[in-house]
Amino acid sequence: MQAFANLVDKLYFINSNNVKATLLKEYLRTTPDPERGWAVSAIAGTLDFQFFKRKMIKDLTIGRVDPVLFDLSYDYVGEMSETVSHLWREAENDPPPLKQVPTLSNIIGTFKSGNQVQNAQFLTQLLNKLNASQRWALLKLGTKGLRIGVSARFLKKVLAEYGKENNPDVTLEDIERVWHAIKPPYIELLTWLDGNGELPDVSDRVVFQPVMLAHPADDGVLNTILPDKFRAEWKFDGIRVQLSVSENGRALYSRTGDDISYSFPDIVENLNYQDINGVFDGELVALEHLDCKDSKIEKNADIFVISKVNHTTSVTIGSFNNLQQRLNKKKPSKKLISAYPVGIILYDCLFLNGNDLRGMMLDQRMQQLSSWYTQQTFSFLFLSRGIAFENLQELSEIRSNVTRENSHYVEGLMIKRRSSTYVAGRPKGYWYKWKRDPLLIDAVVMYAQRGHGIRSSFYSDFTFGCWHGQQLLPICKAYSGFTDEELKALDKWVRNNTIGRFGPVKDVNKTLVCEIAFDSIHKSNRHKSGVAMRFPRVHRIRWDKPAEEAETITQLLQLVSG
Amino acid sequence: MKAHPQTWLRSDKNGLYCKPLAAYIDPVTPVQRAIITHGHADHARPGHSEVYATPQTLDIMRIRYGDDFCERSVPMAYSEEKVLGEGTLRFAPAGHILGSAQAVIEACDYRVVVSGDYKRHFDPTCTAFDVVKCDVFISEATFGLPVFTHPPIEREMQKLLDSLALFPQRCHLVGVYALGKCQRVIIALRELNYTKPIYIHGALINLCKYYETQGMILGELIPVSSVENTKTLAGEIVLAPPSALNDRWSRKLPNVMTCMASGWMQIRARSKQRRAELPLIISDHADWNELIQTLQDINPDELWVTHGREEALVHFAKTLGFKAKALSLVGYEEDANS
Repeated sequence: MQAFANLVDKLYFINSNNVKATLLKEYLRTTPDPERGWAVSAIAGTLDFQFFKRKMIKDLTIGRVDPVLFDLSYDYVGEMSETVSHLWREAENDPPPLKQVPTLSNIIGTFKSGNQVQNAQFLTQLLNKLNASQRWALLKLGTKGLRIGVSARFLKKVLAEYGKENNPDVTLEDIERVWHAIKPPYIELLTWLDGNGELPDVSDRVVFQPVMLAHPADDGVLNTILPDKFRAEWKFDGIRVQLSVSENGRALYSRTGDDISYSFPDIVENLNYQDINGVFDGELVALEHLDCKDSKIEKNADIFVISKVNHTTSVTIGSFNNLQQRLNKKKPSKKLISAYPVGIILYDCLFLNGNDLRGMMLDQRMQQLSSWYTQQTFSFLFLSRGIAFENLQELSEIRSNVTRENSHYVEGLMIKRRSSTYVAGRPKGYWYKWKRDPLLIDAVVMYAQRGHGIRSSFYSDFTFGCWHGQQLLPICKAYSGFTDEELKALDKWVRNNTIGRFGPVKDVNKTLVCEIAFDSIHKSNRHKSGVAMRFPRVHRIRWDKPAEEAETITQLLQLVSG
Repeated sequence: MKAHPQTWLRSDKNGLYCKPLAAYIDPVTPVQRAIITHGHADHARPGHSEVYATPQTLDIMRIRYGDDFCERSVPMAYSEEKVLGEGTLRFAPAGHILGSAQAVIEACDYRVVVSGDYKRHFDPTCTAFDVVKCDVFISEATFGLPVFTHPPIEREMQKLLDSLALFPQRCHLVGVYALGKCQRVIIALRELNYTKPIYIHGALINLCKYYETQGMILGELIPVSSVENTKTLAGEIVLAPPSALNDRWSRKLPNVMTCMASGWMQIRARSKQRRAELPLIISDHADWNELIQTLQDINPDELWVTHGREEALVHFAKTLGFKAKALSLVGYEEDANS
């Protein structure tokens, strides 16, 4: 436990990803199994249970700390686990002291097998034995609140780097593929990464298959686009998912390989391998049920109405904002599920009925996918249709027409080489994304904050505002889009124009206008301005423009679609 | 004539005023007569007519503000007693930084001790805190919450050396207050046998030189400004005032690991605010346990608590059976020299 607490403590404070990776690899090298595997699991967030509830911590703490001092301390520290870890004191009737600090494995095992009373006793003994920073790590771990700036994705990358040092054949894709089929403390996986064994065999389990990614389409590529060589499809505005169903099980994965089945029982629990058996690549989108008389349908009937022949109601794609209500919900309520229905638009197929299609060309895969699709009856599955076009000019017109009028349905176009096999990673020359042009507005710099890592001495994180009467309301934060030279100029401007500060945030003169580019804008009741933007970035600094000529919230609302 | 200190000791907009001595203790604005407990900028300000302080505190004020920092300075060694107006003043060591003192005031048949800033942890750069029995003890409470328990400095400096061993390519930039903390950190490193040169920011040079004239051995110190190629500072320890940590000055340093030496580093959110990647919990103030221990050692009739988190200490002193209250002072910066 000491080594783990020490690691967690360091990771918490370090900003640099390289340093985090070094610390993690050092830990993996020097820590035996199963200890290190449990640590991997704790950091990746794959421990599937809570050791204890916050209430248990509170109940144990009351009685050994003066309540006034506890409240004053909590008020100052601002966080429960940290307050308790500093204030914890041994009490008279505590269970006998532990002889030594148990291992992480031992702690996990004991909590897992203990009942409420035993766990309270064990927690007391542990807190008595540990020092403040170890207590903090334990309390965070035990309540599943271990947030130390290391994502599961990053951890897998580090595992791959670690493995490569012992065995050059190790890849991140290997780890992603087996990850969801193996369980903590990951002894097989770590043994393989040490160079002492085989990659865990997961052929009898449902696993994530690494996905194929696209490059942005530049002019050089676009000039080679011909309809017989390339297939064009809409790039829908949802999240990329992989649906995997076989006799071994069923799961829905995000593009980074996280199992998100629990958030979408309305999809996953309806799948049975007799009717659907394969690995599908597609876009998870929000759905909206349509009144058939709705003028929207007629207007864009061929593109966005994704209702089916054998289906009585028509549905269209809902906004990304709606989809967001469904993301990251561990246990979505029935009410939420029915308020925000979702579906998947399938656009590729890696396996079908036990056959591996990845070696086939895209056209063949799509043919197999669509002939299977016409046979099935799942109401939440849709098929991405190809867009007919004669030449680049026509395609370009299709893109600009539709993206202007329906910016919340699509992000642009996907252009895929018809002869491409399904290759994991981002192979050159196969798939391209041709995103719509960003929306642009002029906004005023309101606040500035220093960046992270290499930018930590620069004011690089900005809050922008638009006018609401005489008042500026914050509309977005942006920290990218400018060149290094522009960053230096912005930094200098902030230093010369600071009028106040709130902790690390500088309040600046409301005089500088920047042109902000963003992908889309939605209504949001979380923000005072009433809108939320997707991927805002600084497009241009308008040194010349007076602040009063920046956009108004009213103008901004006109850009909201859907 | 016997009169309770609450009738002749009060705080106003200039600071804590002692009527029998006609003097302010650590005033925040220029006054006629000032008693200065130690050299930190929020306690020792220039522009007073008459200043009573220890010789080291006066030296430090001279270094910081120039020879004309006041009209008349009166050096008083520890335990030297002076009659001042209708009372007497003497200084007792406070253990905070070099020259730091508690002001021991006797007037109207009462003895009051104004602690200034103090600590009880061992510190080779200054004389240890002296317990002076008194009727009213006025204690600081910068770290007056039970969440503050300062670990031994050796342990924190070992953390720095361990990090240096694990990341030999990184320049370890340590934020230290120029007066006291800086020199204490250097000596602690030397005691752990760190013999390489230590690189320092220009703002630290004069005070380090002064500590050396006072007999402290700091080893080889090299101003960063004299290093031709700052890329060679990878793997070295560089000390700088906290304000330089994440600012333009540090941009020239290679591959920086930001460290911060302060008692506030105990609180995670504080470390994050400072962007300290390696927080070092080193304080020149008393932690919670030292505050309580000091109260019990002195065992005064009354405790008055000033700048810091008065509420918790007052509450706890009362539960221990002491008469205690908060004395609200103006103008002290919480974060300046902790």
